Amino acid sequence: MTDRSATKPVVVRAPRSHAWWNAVNAWLLLLPAAVLLVAFTHYPILATVRHSLFVARRNGAEVFVGLDNYRAMAADPIFWKALVNNFWFALGTIPTSIALALLMAIWVNRNMRGRGFLRLAFFTPTVLPMIAVANIWLFFYTPDYGLLDQLRGLFGLAGWNWLGSPSTAMGCLIVMVIWKEAGFFMIFYLAALQQLSPDLEEAAAVEGAGRWYTFRRITFPLLMPTTLFVAINAVINSFKLVDHLVIMTKGGPNNASTLLLYYIYEVAFTFQDSAYAATLTVVLLVLLSTVALLKFGYLDRRIHYQ
Amino acid sequence: MRFIGRTMAAAVALAALSLGAQPAAAVDLTMYYPVAVGGPVTKIVDDMVARFEKENPDIKITAVYAGNYTDTMTKAMTAMKGGQPPQLSVLLSTDVFTLMDENAIVPMDDLVADKAWFKEFYPAFMANGQVGGKTWSIPFQRSTIVMYWNKDAFKEAGLDPEKAPANWDEMAAMAKKLVKKDASGNTVRWGVEIPTTGYAYWMLQALAIENGQKLMNEAGNEVYLTAPKTVGALGYWVDLSRKEKVMPTGSIDWATLRTDFVEGKTAMMWHTTGNLTAVKNSAKFNFGVAMLPARERRGSPTGGGSFYIFKSATPEQQKAAVKFIHWMTTPERAAEWSIETGYAAVSPAAYKTKAMEDYARGFPAATVARDQLEYAVPELSVHENGRIYKFLGDAVQAAVTGAQSPKDALAAAQQQADRVLRAYK
Amino acid sequence: MNGRTHPLEAIAAWLLALVWIAPLAYAFWSALHPAAYATSFSLSAPWTLENFVRAWNQAPFGRYYINTVVLVVLILIGQLILSTLAAYAFSRFKFKGSGAAFALVLLQLMIMPDVLIVENYRMIGKLGLLDTIPAIALPYLASAFAIFLLRQTFKSVPQELVDAARVEGAGPLQILRKVYVPLARPTYIAFALVSVSYHWNNFLWPLIVTNSVESRPLTVGLAVFGAPETGVDWSIITAATVMTMAPLLIAFLLFQRQFVQSFMRAGIR
Repeated sequence: MTDRSATKPVVVRAPRSHAWWNAVNAWLLLLPAAVLLVAFTHYPILATVRHSLFVARRNGAEVFVGLDNYRAMAADPIFWKALVNNFWFALGTIPTSIALALLMAIWVNRNMRGRGFLRLAFFTPTVLPMIAVANIWLFFYTPDYGLLDQLRGLFGLAGWNWLGSPSTAMGCLIVMVIWKEAGFFMIFYLAALQQLSPDLEEAAAVEGAGRWYTFRRITFPLLMPTTLFVAINAVINSFKLVDHLVIMTKGGPNNASTLLLYYIYEVAFTFQDSAYAATLTVVLLVLLSTVALLKFGYLDRRIHYQ
Repeated sequence: MRFIGRTMAAAVALAALSLGAQPAAAVDLTMYYPVAVGGPVTKIVDDMVARFEKENPDIKITAVYAGNYTDTMTKAMTAMKGGQPPQLSVLLSTDVFTLMDENAIVPMDDLVADKAWFKEFYPAFMANGQVGGKTWSIPFQRSTIVMYWNKDAFKEAGLDPEKAPANWDEMAAMAKKLVKKDASGNTVRWGVEIPTTGYAYWMLQALAIENGQKLMNEAGNEVYLTAPKTVGALGYWVDLSRKEKVMPTGSIDWATLRTDFVEGKTAMMWHTTGNLTAVKNSAKFNFGVAMLPARERRGSPTGGGSFYIFKSATPEQQKAAVKFIHWMTTPERAAEWSIETGYAAVSPAAYKTKAMEDYARGFPAATVARDQLEYAVPELSVHENGRIYKFLGDAVQAAVTGAQSPKDALAAAQQQADRVLRAYK
Repeated sequence: MNGRTHPLEAIAAWLLALVWIAPLAYAFWSALHPAAYATSFSLSAPWTLENFVRAWNQAPFGRYYINTVVLVVLILIGQLILSTLAAYAFSRFKFKGSGAAFALVLLQLMIMPDVLIVENYRMIGKLGLLDTIPAIALPYLASAFAIFLLRQTFKSVPQELVDAARVEGAGPLQILRKVYVPLARPTYIAFALVSVSYHWNNFLWPLIVTNSVESRPLTVGLAVFGAPETGVDWSIITAATVMTMAPLLIAFLLFQRQFVQSFMRAGIR
């Protein structure tokens, strides 16, 4: 009908009415998804911010209090503890799981015996619900008759209250989360490794480069996009993942293991203080938005994807 | 198009299936209830509800097990705020202020013709539910903290197996003798354990009252956490693990404590009488149950859950709810409940039923909780009790794990509690 | 990548794999043996299915299974339909505001419904849908991730095929159905596996939004079941845990390659 080129859309540059009809069609197609997205993502974000500026009095009326909630939050030691915990949690889980994921991917990618089993072993935790994982590890960490303490018993060491001691609670949870997440990240590295041209390695071998040198100077830099992708995912996950707290420590002992999203859940649904919960959520949104800006605004521009 | 049509039909069918079919009944009641003790409690509740429904075919009750007390309160409030409240629930007797603040419940006075019924219950159990001259709840699964002791362990340690410690000093001294270590010096049996998770505020209140200190005022808007006797109570608790070394350091879990006792890992434990039957059924040794030891006085807070009726229920539903509560708390049923769980029966008449008297004759431990009522005080009941309990629980955990001194931990809790309660003064 | 592997390296890899599979292996051990053998690993321990039977009887796992299946299917169907339409619009229609709209869609990749629990809960309450399975599903039906994946896939459909269909007189929706959807099958399968995995295992939002057995999915049922207050019988709890994760695990074991490929495909940007 009209001229075509490689990336022409379905309806081509045409008389005005056609373009209008085009747009209408497009928006109609978008409508169902758009309605739900606005209702459950965009509107809640705005509503949360608005909600945080009010306080609900017991008789149901909402009173505008400006930044009062934020002041209360700044004075709330549990909030700061949760924030700090989130930081340590991210620091504890992300680099380690990424490193392990890379190692696993390299091993699974190699031509060694039983790599199917390797892949199975590494990836399986990903398909398990966090609640199930928490139950299993809860038993490991149970004092005295839990598996860990039984192991210690074998060496003549006394039992230790892993989840009940502020010094070890966080560490134990970090180990568990690394176990769950590393396999998931491995997949991305596996995909990336398989896309790397084997010529590079051959060329490097011909030049006499050792394996570690090849990895450090060639493979790893080429995997940088994947690493960043995985890192961003991991950061977002670290804010979302609180299922285990509900049945393992409930944030304790004395808030040693609480995380921001869990505290939000507690404040909103156990203490029924939705205005304060909204305030806390705003902080969480700001953190996530910062990550988003970093990714879309900065990193995506610097890294070229294929 | 056909494909889309079939998909839509499937989707609609799925949606219909997922929304569920509502059976028609004369009066439909939904009740949330908690379980905080061991044993097949949900089965017992379901059984009793089924029997009630059989006797009253025009009333249908959906009893929903919602977790522990905190979870159940969360569920009830969440459901109410979301527009689908239950008609009645079993919640902590101390949730009354919060429920009143949320405009969630109706006082029983308006619904009950014969107010003499209220007097049939133990005043100690009714106390928490009576605010502003009205009665807001009826006791159901009520308790006091009792001390369980392992008689076989006592004998092994050279103590009189029939005598439980009567005061704090005795308890610490006896506990020292009961600690057993293995060849490499690891402790295989502790002397005494008091749980620090779950309801730590409840345990602290017991220690405080034994030390002669009340924790809150009647209006429910003040707490006395930094009073020297409160600090002393927490100090004694911490000393048991750090100074006397008769209790493990670190967090002691509410739920696993019962199992620890039954497995002989601790010779004595402080726990709710609601665990009595569960312990009885699983302990392979002789054990005794005693009132808590005294310092200035004996004492324990009452505890446990009561029935509340929600404002959102229709008058018809409220009447049906009252009928159900009446039925569940008759002396026979109260006795049955007490025997099957270990909770205290809520009325003196229940203890006079034949079933209960026979049971108590063979198992005297069954009446200890009731006997302790003489020294019992109302449980810590304040506005926003959930939050206050968390502050207290955090303080206890900070102190027993050594993160803060009892004084500092309680000071922090007091500060936070003051901030929250300020709005209610 | 294909050189001979140093034996030490192979041993290290195997050791890691064994350590990695140990917790899961333990869960199965504990679930299939009587409570007394929960921590003693003697080879002569008797096998038993009794833990499963008791777990099944203690909580309505049958109902939980049904709820979860209904939930996951509902979500998947909704996601597929909505995201296909939206991705079609983004990939093949030029219209004003498409860039901004797409950016707004991508926002959901960062700020997911999981963190907006407070407001979403209020929204569901206003809609009167609390404690129903659709309530769990609604915030997830519009999946930015699916839209993103499908848009990429649709963009790579050769123009010739589209033109051929148009020549035959097909309208936009028919072109979508006849040309784009069949060609995007691998993406659909990949996304389906990821979506099912995610929503089968989702916990916090269903926990908040459901109250009763009729709408509770497996994960919430497991948490309520294992609530420590009622005392811990690890064998029964592990049996219940195994029951919760079994379907996905079995599916994964049978379709390992597809699962791995799906997640890989989903991750390739």
